[in-house]
Amino acid sequence: MPADFNWAIGGEAGDGIDSTGKIFARALSRAGRHVFTSKDFASRIRGGYTAYKVRTSIEQVESTVDRLDVLIALTQRTVDENIDELHEGSVIIYDGERTSMADLEIPDGMVGMDVPLKSLAEEAGGAIMRNIVALGAACEVTDFPIEHLGSSLEKRFSDKGQSIVENNKTAAELGAEFVAENYEAESSEFEYELETTDEDYVLINGDEAIGMGALAAGCRFYSGYPITPATDVMEYLTGRLERYGGHVVQAEDELSAINMALGAARAGARSMTATSGPGIDLMAETFGLVAQSETPLVICDVMRSGPSTGMPTKQEQGDLNMALFGGHGEIPRFVVAPTTISEAFWKTVEAFNLAEKYQTPVYLIADLEMAVTEQTFPPEAFDMDEVEIDRGKIVDEDEIDEWLDDEGRFRAHAATEDGISPRALPGTTDGAHMSTGLEHNELGRRTEDTEVRVEQVQKRQRKVETAKEREDWSPRAFGNPDSDNLVVSWGSNEGTIVEAMDLMDEDAPDFQFLSVPYLFPRPDLTDAVEEAEQVVVVECNATGQFADVLEHDTLERVDRVNKYNGVGFKADELAEEITEVLQ
Amino acid sequence: MSSETRFIDFKSDKQPTWCPGCGDFGTMNGMMKALANTGNDPDNTFVVAGIGCSGKIGTYMHSYALHGVHGRALPVGTGVKMANPDLEVMVAGGDGDGYSIGSGHFIHAVRRNVDMSYVVMDNRIYGLTKGQASPTSREDFETSTTPEGPKQPPVNPLALALSAGGTFIAQSFASDAQRHAELVQEAIEHDGFGFVNVFSPCVTFNDTDTYDYFRDNLTDLAETDHDPSDRDAATDRIMDGNEYQGILYQNEDSVPYHEAHGVTEDMTDIPDGAPENATDLVREFY
Repeated sequence: MPADFNWAIGGEAGDGIDSTGKIFARALSRAGRHVFTSKDFASRIRGGYTAYKVRTSIEQVESTVDRLDVLIALTQRTVDENIDELHEGSVIIYDGERTSMADLEIPDGMVGMDVPLKSLAEEAGGAIMRNIVALGAACEVTDFPIEHLGSSLEKRFSDKGQSIVENNKTAAELGAEFVAENYEAESSEFEYELETTDEDYVLINGDEAIGMGALAAGCRFYSGYPITPATDVMEYLTGRLERYGGHVVQAEDELSAINMALGAARAGARSMTATSGPGIDLMAETFGLVAQSETPLVICDVMRSGPSTGMPTKQEQGDLNMALFGGHGEIPRFVVAPTTISEAFWKTVEAFNLAEKYQTPVYLIADLEMAVTEQTFPPEAFDMDEVEIDRGKIVDEDEIDEWLDDEGRFRAHAATEDGISPRALPGTTDGAHMSTGLEHNELGRRTEDTEVRVEQVQKRQRKVETAKEREDWSPRAFGNPDSDNLVVSWGSNEGTIVEAMDLMDEDAPDFQFLSVPYLFPRPDLTDAVEEAEQVVVVECNATGQFADVLEHDTLERVDRVNKYNGVGFKADELAEEITEVLQ
Repeated sequence: MSSETRFIDFKSDKQPTWCPGCGDFGTMNGMMKALANTGNDPDNTFVVAGIGCSGKIGTYMHSYALHGVHGRALPVGTGVKMANPDLEVMVAGGDGDGYSIGSGHFIHAVRRNVDMSYVVMDNRIYGLTKGQASPTSREDFETSTTPEGPKQPPVNPLALALSAGGTFIAQSFASDAQRHAELVQEAIEHDGFGFVNVFSPCVTFNDTDTYDYFRDNLTDLAETDHDPSDRDAATDRIMDGNEYQGILYQNEDSVPYHEAHGVTEDMTDIPDGAPENATDLVREFY
């Protein structure tokens, strides 16, 4: 018996596929099994094929595979879409009483179980519960104790009243009984038995992990505009943020969302917004202001297929260039991309700390598959005692004197040695100051003075240099560290690549795998790249955006002549500088 | 400090670069007077400004301030106020900032009824870019980019505010220093979004909507029988094509956004680690 079991339910959008899949995933999780889910969905409310897949094992599962052992098919298309994943012995549960399913042909070697889902659901109290009947049937096929499904149903429906919970449990039991009575032989021959353990697992998706990370980190203000696949961050925080004295605002657009978050951050709240590609494009307008005014802000981009509206419900890691280089002018920033769902929690906490320590915008980059995948973790993966908060250089009324100039004015953008200036939150006596997107002096007042311009540019860049020295930007290493082959990836591909290593033939070349969660600043992989005979970069985009970055980093550097004081090059000046460089 | 704050305390040591005679001088003086008269001081005041001649105001005043990007000052003010309701938040901008690039935010800020004041220096022209039509320019107002006039009706900001559920809608004239300061003060004191559209003439590029024009054509509502609590009366005035100063409409039952949403304390203090009972957040996912 293979170690993992793969299950799916598919139908049309509006059939309750997502909700049913989650109920089954939760039942498995509550039975002490590990779970990894994936979704196939379209950007519409009704109609169109949609499916929810669950992979489960006693061991932690980090990815999905193209194999299905049990399929609940509410439509013919569900079978057609998944035919390549089904195999000999796979069970297909369907409702032959449904006109469109009456003629369903079960492929050779597979087992069809015709269960009157709708009729049994009606017997239990309502046709709406037909998917639950199917879940009960699946439990019977896999010898999975139905009380765990009951426990999941209680969690899902308890706020709707005990009678709803009981009806759903009855529906599940009717499904199980029907299989026991009509498909006893087939059921007992089925090769999987879903064993249970006493472990307690957390079943969480990437968006929720980001939201929980924000709460753990002391985020108090969130403003956003709903967009797939980032909306779950906002929905998770709504209601919960308020418990901690915070607030969620649904803004009129992403332009407003980032500006509200900026305002809250300037007032001293830990503040965040989350969006996806189209929203990031709009937020780019204000991104430069956030950096130029040295405001700590976490901006989460849950990537989806672009460009433009692209494929809103499909996966892509296409926004890396935007995160690294987006916005006019030159803007210091941090870019962090968690590599797993539990890391999404920790990297969110870290993003808030980085933002405040360095008074810089932090892009927190996740992606659609991470956002919508539900995965189990032991609760220790989210050990709240490990959460550390560092608010950086906030000065209070006792400390502010040392940051006032001769005329008693607060030096909010003081060009310090480490580049980090003192931060006085509004309300602090004697701290009143201006901040602006214009180039400014240390008081925050507009200037076009060439020397001050250079001083402030260097001061902002120095924050990045300081961060490079002070923080750990290491990649996560897997595989054979002595191998001649190097595989590099970033973001949510980590688990899949680690499992792919296991699946590769024994005589296939081995490799070291570096999973990079920090994209700026990022680890210096020059040595690793130079030592390797072959380097492969795996990423979910067409052009290899991180591969470009890696090639850039490891190239022998060109010499540079730069000028950024607001005045263009002069011929005599260039003659001198080029001579100097070339000598 | 509050009790002895004078309006001069809100003035920075930076000299304005506005053209001599610009309406924005008077507008800003009134804002500073109103802030001082309402017991505020620079350390508890947050001024947000956008882009344009008006946007420079944050530099010339002394307070906590952010000079943002074009048109987005109101969302910034909203965030500031939500994060710390104890701060006095004043947003300033021009007709381009508020009624063109920022018009979407204007409507929604009015709807939200955040407890802040919004002072718009309306000169019916784009001054900083040297004289193009603004959203409040007259239909036949000839400029470098509209040689025959915009040929579209000007935005009526008061009507926009009223239709969006505005709870305090006023208009003032930069040159009538006393009335202007009083009206901004009323906007500050209002529990909710206090909106004041200020006629702030551009002496360089607008030879139509001049000081003389407003002096000759402005009716002070205080000298009429207008009842600001009467929304229908406000609608009539706002739509009748005349120029008014005074409070067009005020809803005395206004409940500001942060109160409606139960936000009572500032959001700046957080624990040194995860919040108490944070483990419950994890348990929710069992």
